Amino acid sequence: MESIHWIQLSLFVGLLLLLTHPFGWYLHRVLETKAKTIFSPVVGGCEKLLFKVLGPGAEKEQSWKQYGISLAFFSLAGMLLTYFILRLQHILPLNPQNLAAVDPALAFNTAASFATNTNWQSYAGESTLSYFSQMVGLTFHNFVSAAAGIAVAAALVRGVVRKSALTIGNFWNDLIRVTLHLLLPLSFLLALIFMSQGVIQNFQADTAVTCLETKAGQARSQSIPQGPVASQEAIKMLGTNGGGFFNANSAHPYENPTPLSNFFQLLAILLIPSALTRYLGLMAGNKKHGWAVWSAMAVLFLASLLVCWRAESLGNKRLPTAGVSRTGNMEGKEVRFGVFNSALFATVTTAASCGAVNSMHDSFTPLGGLMPLLNIQLGEVVFGGVGSGLYGMLVFVILAVFIAGLMVGRTPEYLGKKIESADIKLCAFYILISAILILGPAAWAAVSRWGTAGIGNDGPHGLSEILYAFSSAAGNNGSAFAGYTAISTMANIVLGLAMLAGRFMLIVPVLALAGNLAGKKAIPAGSGSFPVHGLTFIALLIGTILIVGLLTFFPPLSLGPVVEHFIMTGSGKLF
Amino acid sequence: MRPAAASLFQKEILRQAVINAFKKLDPRSLARNPVMFVSECCALLTTTSLFQQPGSEPKGFIIQISLWLWFTVLFANFAEAVAEGRGKAQADSLRRTRSHTPANRRSGQECERVAAESLRKNDIVVVSAGETIPADGEVISGIATVDESAITGESAPVIRESGGDRSSVTGGTKVLSDRIIVRVTADSGEGFLDRMIGLVEGANRKKTPNEIALTILLSGLSVIFLVAIFTLKFFGLYAGVSFSVTVLVSLLVCLLPTTIGGLLSAIGIAGIDRLVQKNVLAMSGRAVEAAGDIDVLLLDKTGTITLGDRQAVRFIPAPGVALETLADIAQLASLSDETPEGRSIVILAKKHGLRGRAITEIPNARFVSFSAQTRMSGIDIGRHQFRKGAPDAIASFAAIEFPPEMKRVIEEISGEGGTALAVAEREEALGIIHLKDIVKGGLKDRFTRLRAMGIKTVMITGDNRLTAATIAREAGVDDFLAEARPEDKMALIRKEQRNGYLVAMTGDGTNDAPALAQADVGVAMNTGTQAAKEAGNMVDLDSNPTKLIEIIETGKQLLMTRGALTTFSIANDIAKYFAIIPAMLIVIFPEIAPLNIMKLGSPRSAILSAVVFNALIIILLIPLALKGVKFRPMKAMALLRRNLAIFGFGGLLIPFIGIKIIDIAVNFFHLV
Repeated sequence: MESIHWIQLSLFVGLLLLLTHPFGWYLHRVLETKAKTIFSPVVGGCEKLLFKVLGPGAEKEQSWKQYGISLAFFSLAGMLLTYFILRLQHILPLNPQNLAAVDPALAFNTAASFATNTNWQSYAGESTLSYFSQMVGLTFHNFVSAAAGIAVAAALVRGVVRKSALTIGNFWNDLIRVTLHLLLPLSFLLALIFMSQGVIQNFQADTAVTCLETKAGQARSQSIPQGPVASQEAIKMLGTNGGGFFNANSAHPYENPTPLSNFFQLLAILLIPSALTRYLGLMAGNKKHGWAVWSAMAVLFLASLLVCWRAESLGNKRLPTAGVSRTGNMEGKEVRFGVFNSALFATVTTAASCGAVNSMHDSFTPLGGLMPLLNIQLGEVVFGGVGSGLYGMLVFVILAVFIAGLMVGRTPEYLGKKIESADIKLCAFYILISAILILGPAAWAAVSRWGTAGIGNDGPHGLSEILYAFSSAAGNNGSAFAGYTAISTMANIVLGLAMLAGRFMLIVPVLALAGNLAGKKAIPAGSGSFPVHGLTFIALLIGTILIVGLLTFFPPLSLGPVVEHFIMTGSGKLF
Repeated sequence: MRPAAASLFQKEILRQAVINAFKKLDPRSLARNPVMFVSECCALLTTTSLFQQPGSEPKGFIIQISLWLWFTVLFANFAEAVAEGRGKAQADSLRRTRSHTPANRRSGQECERVAAESLRKNDIVVVSAGETIPADGEVISGIATVDESAITGESAPVIRESGGDRSSVTGGTKVLSDRIIVRVTADSGEGFLDRMIGLVEGANRKKTPNEIALTILLSGLSVIFLVAIFTLKFFGLYAGVSFSVTVLVSLLVCLLPTTIGGLLSAIGIAGIDRLVQKNVLAMSGRAVEAAGDIDVLLLDKTGTITLGDRQAVRFIPAPGVALETLADIAQLASLSDETPEGRSIVILAKKHGLRGRAITEIPNARFVSFSAQTRMSGIDIGRHQFRKGAPDAIASFAAIEFPPEMKRVIEEISGEGGTALAVAEREEALGIIHLKDIVKGGLKDRFTRLRAMGIKTVMITGDNRLTAATIAREAGVDDFLAEARPEDKMALIRKEQRNGYLVAMTGDGTNDAPALAQADVGVAMNTGTQAAKEAGNMVDLDSNPTKLIEIIETGKQLLMTRGALTTFSIANDIAKYFAIIPAMLIVIFPEIAPLNIMKLGSPRSAILSAVVFNALIIILLIPLALKGVKFRPMKAMALLRRNLAIFGFGGLLIPFIGIKIIDIAVNFFHLV
């Protein structure tokens, strides 16, 4: 834990904080107004055309049900499109490798994965998917699933701040505005930055190169995959998608060549989730509230990072005595990133529901691996996925306000809206569903043949792998612990269903909550109303997230990474 | 009634409560409370496992766990039973007042003697001196003094007469003099007293909105724990260990929010009970809860903020007149004025060294008493004609023009909202008496307290703006509505409600009824009309309009107690995990020993200690649930910080200490 890393961390958090302000403002402009933006000269024509094609239905205010139906319809259509692209990729263009059609279970898994912003990859991109599949089938979802997440968050925020309203915005409008004015132009800029660092962007077939050194029995030449990487890389980060072009994801030198590209990737992941808190503050007319939510996220983020970083720096204490030099735990990490940037990447990618990786989490120390796992299980509300982070966080805010709000002697109210049984029902449903979706399938997998078949290691570590896989799927993270491979058809289907449920079964209560809150009268804030800013609120919010998360997941975690940690510190044994 | 606030643990109440705790084990009644229902199922499960699986855990261990799980449910039942018992004790004392009252029912010209229970709405009854009024009703003829101490605890009799605002009578009260004819306004069993009895007994208690929301949250958490424990069985199987039913169930019950789940209904019953002890009768628990949410308080000026009448506070002599002379003449001129204003002048004059004078001791005096037409009173002694009264009336009587100094004083006084009375002899102005509204003592503090809670107070008065502003400033209310007519009051309530505020008000007259009905919390005075009482959702038996403040505090206390115990209950779970999880795993993974941070004796003693703590904490918190968390008027932020520190942080720490102590005891006595 050297000072250079502390400086980098300060720079990272400081820059994130700095960017939150303008981007929050920009999000507000994109989502809440029809105003022109600086990108209008470029995307304005496309915007006009889309609105013309979609007709007045794309601009009329919608009730939460209409909003949800639009979202469901759009997601389903997109998922089917991707499924068929994958199934038919052998006859579609841009397939210089002549890759075959994708297996049905895998195609379902992948379509579900990208439609839900999970980007769990049961396949290795370079050897399974054609460029057309990657660019149209997947990258399309990288944009729109991110935009849909932002749209749902905006809908919930509107529900919170609107008074006696029946509507929560228009899904099509939100989708189009966010995609055209935010995601596309930013991705373009980001892709250029990545390319400047050496990320490739081409349509060539694999390049054959001659190796300098060879081992016995290996060919002297190696084929190096190529492709349009930079364009996918940008939105992979910005939209917290995480689906890498290559199997090695951001550990691959063509995806993430330099420490600088790494830095920008990290920043791109947290940019929009962080800016959304500012959007919340602007919408609520209570900027302090936006910052309070940001601070709660930042505290949880730093705490998680520090534990992970420290655990990785220490590595296995018993190794040096065995004659291995001690530079922290470097197994599964890229030398150009080292311990700190790997730990930071792991924390960022799981705090946000991104899922890109630049190191193999499976090789982390037990505590170092516990942190990313816990980040996902807390509901990915620490900045979180684009949109999904904020709406998940708001569910926790409402729960925190309800539990502790009673303690100020009033019916709990959040930003002037009374929290009543209908709202609590929806919030309880939300946390219940996310718990069941992770614990249920994981428990099933732990005792079934299809579930345990993909485990890479024995003992408690195997359980960590299962837990991680199902947390990642249901939590729509998409990163893999890498030890666990969903090889069976059954695992592909169960994981695919878990991803779909983990996305849409949570969006339904969120939209219902938005509709319910929008219809309420708002009580103007006074000195007797519950304060949703300040240190007390931040502490309360953090406490609620930790307690709900820990109470739900402590038992299985104790059987996985926790016990593994004690075995490591006790006897030095690893799995 | 003034119920002798049943002391927390009266023997008889406790005895009954123990019996009822067992009766409440009936799953049909327990199903209302999902948390305790699941707990009971768990207790049943461990008890049956005693007979099913030999060998998985020692019998003695299973027996003890089962016992304590049953205790957990019983303790929760006991808490509810104690709260109900205390209400019943109050109800019984009420019921005594109404047993077998005979009634004289008039049918045509005849009167027949019937039992009070057989009276129906709109029956006409005659009640004479010494008789008990058989039912709630309205006096339609006659006037009588009535002893209402049975209801209000106030021993001074009150006047009840037909027409006007003092026409309502309550069943169970006693006529002391005269005879009144009463039209019954409530069927037997639906009267005031009956509702009161039903309420304090908690017989048909409906869950309040907040309570429902909290129950949903607790049920949601319970299901999450159920899932967590159920799946733990499978994760255990993966790790190669089969957790026994006893251990899993113990962990589940410890995690369930049994503390708040067990005490929730007791808190609600006790809240209503506390109001009754303050002599306020709420028509529903919902109203009590709403009281905690009040943002705006409407208060009538007269009788609530000020004493009923204006009082003389100062003499201002005319130029060239001595103060003593003015005081003397003002007193003489007021001797025959029997209005409160007149009396206050006599009293003020005494403070200027004048002794009280009786009318009879002044010879050759002719008194001119006050009348609304002349608007003055006075005295003629010999050729002197002293008068005091409204300045214009005095000016025309004395046939004078007031000197400019006096005119200025009169303007100043009315500018401040006071009343100026002039004193004069024929053709000579003597001075001015300053009368003004006197704000009741201690009000300013109470309004400050309300402001600290974030509640706005609005004074309603028929006075002009100037007068109203002066009194508002003096009393420390936040706002006022001057020159208010009844419909203005209604409009104000509507306006505040449109802005999202909850409004409370008090009222007694029939013309208050619509506003009382519109307000979120409408407190009718017991001395008020039947219409007012029916329109409001609370009745103050003491007819003290400032009682609203106490009602609000009780409402807030009720909500705070629920929140505090919920927070405490959830925070407790962390320690329980640290007790039970290491105990479960240590058998297969001895390396996990450092997680046993409490250093509990053995795996079984750890589990037993957590279960015992979980049960005992319910009993220990019963007094808090019944008395309520102490309410302090302060800003929400400060209140939150304070309660979070006590119940959130305390809730994290206390179980660590408690479980450790119990574990020491368990190991000391070798219980497992």
